[in-house]
Amino acid sequence: MTDYLIKNGFVFDPVQGINGDKVDVAIKDGKIVDAGDVTNPTVIDATGMTVMAAAVDIHAHVAGPKVNVGRNFRPEDKLFNGKAGSGIKRMEGGFSVPTVLRTAYLYARMGFGFSMEAAMPPLYARHTHEEIRDTPIIDQGALPVFGNNWFVLEYLKENEIENTAAYIAWLLNQTKGFGVKCVNPGGTESWGWGMNCETVDDVVPYFDVTPRQIVSGLIAANEYLGLPHCMHVHGNSLGEPGNYEITLDTLKIAEGYKPQNEFGRDVVLHNTHLQFHCYGGESYASKSFESKSKEVIDYINSVDNISYDLGVVTLDETTTMTADGPFEHHLSHMNNLKWANTDVELETGSGIVPFIYNPKTFIAGAQWAVGLECGLFIKDPMRAYITTDAPNAGPLSRYPRVYKWLMSAQAREDMLNNTLKYGDSIRERCYIGEIDREISLYELAMMTRAGPAKTLGLSHMFGSLKVGLEGDVAVYPYNPETDTDDPEKIEYAFGNAAYLIKGGRMIVKEGEIVDMGNKRTFWVNAKVNDNPMVERDISEKFRRYYTVTQNNYTVEGHHFVPNPYVIEVDATK
Amino acid sequence: MAKVILTPTQTPTLFLEAENITPDVFAGKTAAEIAALHGFVGKTTVTLGDYFKVEGAGGQTAADTTIVINGDVSRVKYIGMKMTAGEIVVNGSADMYVGGWMIGGKITVNGNIDAFAGLGMTGGEIIVNGNAGNYLGAAYRGDWRGMQGGVIRVSGNAGSDVGTFMRGGTIIVGGNIDVHVGTHMEGGTIIVKGNAKSRVGGQMVKGTIYVYGDIDVMMPGFQYRNDVDLEVDGQSGKFALYEGDMGERHPKQKGEVIYGQLYMKY
Repeated sequence: MTDYLIKNGFVFDPVQGINGDKVDVAIKDGKIVDAGDVTNPTVIDATGMTVMAAAVDIHAHVAGPKVNVGRNFRPEDKLFNGKAGSGIKRMEGGFSVPTVLRTAYLYARMGFGFSMEAAMPPLYARHTHEEIRDTPIIDQGALPVFGNNWFVLEYLKENEIENTAAYIAWLLNQTKGFGVKCVNPGGTESWGWGMNCETVDDVVPYFDVTPRQIVSGLIAANEYLGLPHCMHVHGNSLGEPGNYEITLDTLKIAEGYKPQNEFGRDVVLHNTHLQFHCYGGESYASKSFESKSKEVIDYINSVDNISYDLGVVTLDETTTMTADGPFEHHLSHMNNLKWANTDVELETGSGIVPFIYNPKTFIAGAQWAVGLECGLFIKDPMRAYITTDAPNAGPLSRYPRVYKWLMSAQAREDMLNNTLKYGDSIRERCYIGEIDREISLYELAMMTRAGPAKTLGLSHMFGSLKVGLEGDVAVYPYNPETDTDDPEKIEYAFGNAAYLIKGGRMIVKEGEIVDMGNKRTFWVNAKVNDNPMVERDISEKFRRYYTVTQNNYTVEGHHFVPNPYVIEVDATK
Repeated sequence: MAKVILTPTQTPTLFLEAENITPDVFAGKTAAEIAALHGFVGKTTVTLGDYFKVEGAGGQTAADTTIVINGDVSRVKYIGMKMTAGEIVVNGSADMYVGGWMIGGKITVNGNIDAFAGLGMTGGEIIVNGNAGNYLGAAYRGDWRGMQGGVIRVSGNAGSDVGTFMRGGTIIVGGNIDVHVGTHMEGGTIIVKGNAKSRVGGQMVKGTIYVYGDIDVMMPGFQYRNDVDLEVDGQSGKFALYEGDMGERHPKQKGEVIYGQLYMKY
């Protein structure tokens, strides 16, 4: 394997405290090594460029059944933006729901090395892994959803943490999953009865369990197992005005829980796409709606065991897709566009609706503001990660644009003054106009690399350029000394990496994708003590309720996960 | 006004996709430059010069440019796609997507056109002195933005699924029309001077459809309101007004519910 030496770049690595210094970065046998340890390396001259570890995406919807339904039911998403293959690249297409190949190429061009598929319905894990397998270059994992799963609801009604943990361990193994995702806890199941959970103490019909019990029980089970990633929650009442109270109630459930793991993770709860959960007021009208991001993030700043990602609205036409079935139904009645919905047997549900975040409306501009506020109020950027909840708040390809808004007060002012029709009411109802903070490149490296890697329990592999970590390095054509004059340069540079080295292979060379890499699928194998009761429950549920047998459920490694990276966890002690 | 004359020299074995045949692209180009513009046949890239003899030159702007196609182009797709101004005259029949996503200008076809003409168009005029195919003035597959403005006038018959997801503009069909007229319509006007078959205005939310002849099978979601005397496209007459589709949602305007309107001529 070729050795690489990246010379003369401005390096940003918060883990090692390197803040724009000119440090040489060396890669040998796919790992970061001391610059002196490479022999006859290929030298990359990064003069005038920014060098960081490859980025890590903690939450995106890029593979699986709902992404694919999104592709199927939005042929217009590919209209006029397909691109023929060239060089090593095959044909790509799609804007909000890109093809698997475009997903991989986009990530590579943006300098990413790892992406977490944020919601995998266990029953459709096979499909999810087939898409992950067909997405080259980047390493990926997937989080199965647990928040409305019948096993979990039944065990947590009685607060049976050990049984819940045994079931989680079994399901991670069966689905080759990475961690515990929880979407609208209890709400999606309640919707089967035409209801929803609008407070953390609403009772799920039939199961007689509350969102509070589900969230606290899943945190406890997650820490009982010592999984690399923490409990990853999309709370109740997403997108509803006034929902910041239920968000605070959900976050407070984490009080008293301490992380128990061997992966250096500090948090026990990750609240995803926080932007959608920070709304005050009673309606979307400008006289009622208000941002409550400060209230929510003040709380997060006051504790140390919670992380979140932003979910910034990028003001595009996009495709929303979530396991929060009732929310999508609600959304389809707001914009009267097409709607797809699925009930996933005993496990979860899902809905898909196209959505246009129109900058000429007050509410889309206010949502844009709330998302950025979530990134700007944080005191410790190691706990706030940049996402667009792709494609829900905006397409994957807009990450660099979000960086620009976070890094430049001028770019935000320009939006408020020129692009958004209701800039003045947005300043009045949100905090955005009062904030002059500009995220630095050092902080950006925390929010896109070091932070997400740590919370995913992967800081021993990703997120830094420390010796021994994976040889994943991105070089961006951005000069931190001279390119500060125009915020557009940020957006261009972070969408057009000059080089990406992934696992010691050069994927992007002088801005062109030249290698498809050695894509791996990460999953967590948790060992637990034998639990005959859970085993019996599983075979009973398959016999009585599932439409498939267990043999047709298991994700067999050899076919679906041809290149696995297994993280072993032992919870038998 | 500058004129470019295209004379077909051969019929494509497959189909020629020629989205470059628009006044916008031809403007400011010489005959040689126009002949060098690309098109696609299957997976191969070809030039317009491979299939047409090109005479004349484009004007300074699209508005100054007229394109005349003398001959049969029933295997040439996307003529006038996305054009904003100027004029195209086709002395023959054309294939699919004539004037697709058209913004302005005028296209006259002295022959027939195939499906998807005026797809998602927002302005301009398409005149067809022959028959039109299916999905005239409709939306692209999956899209909810059909024809939004402009005028399509067909002297002869039109196929099925005319004006699907139509949101504005006017479609006038001189002859008969096939099934599914104005499905999911949210605005605009469709005038059918001949007969219609069935499923006229299915899932229609807003907008207006006039049918001068008969409708074989009326949608059950339409209710008779009253008789009115109207002048439509220069002809006056007595019409029966039906409103629907009652199975679909309907917005309120000034406290009143707005329905799709279907006028049947007596």
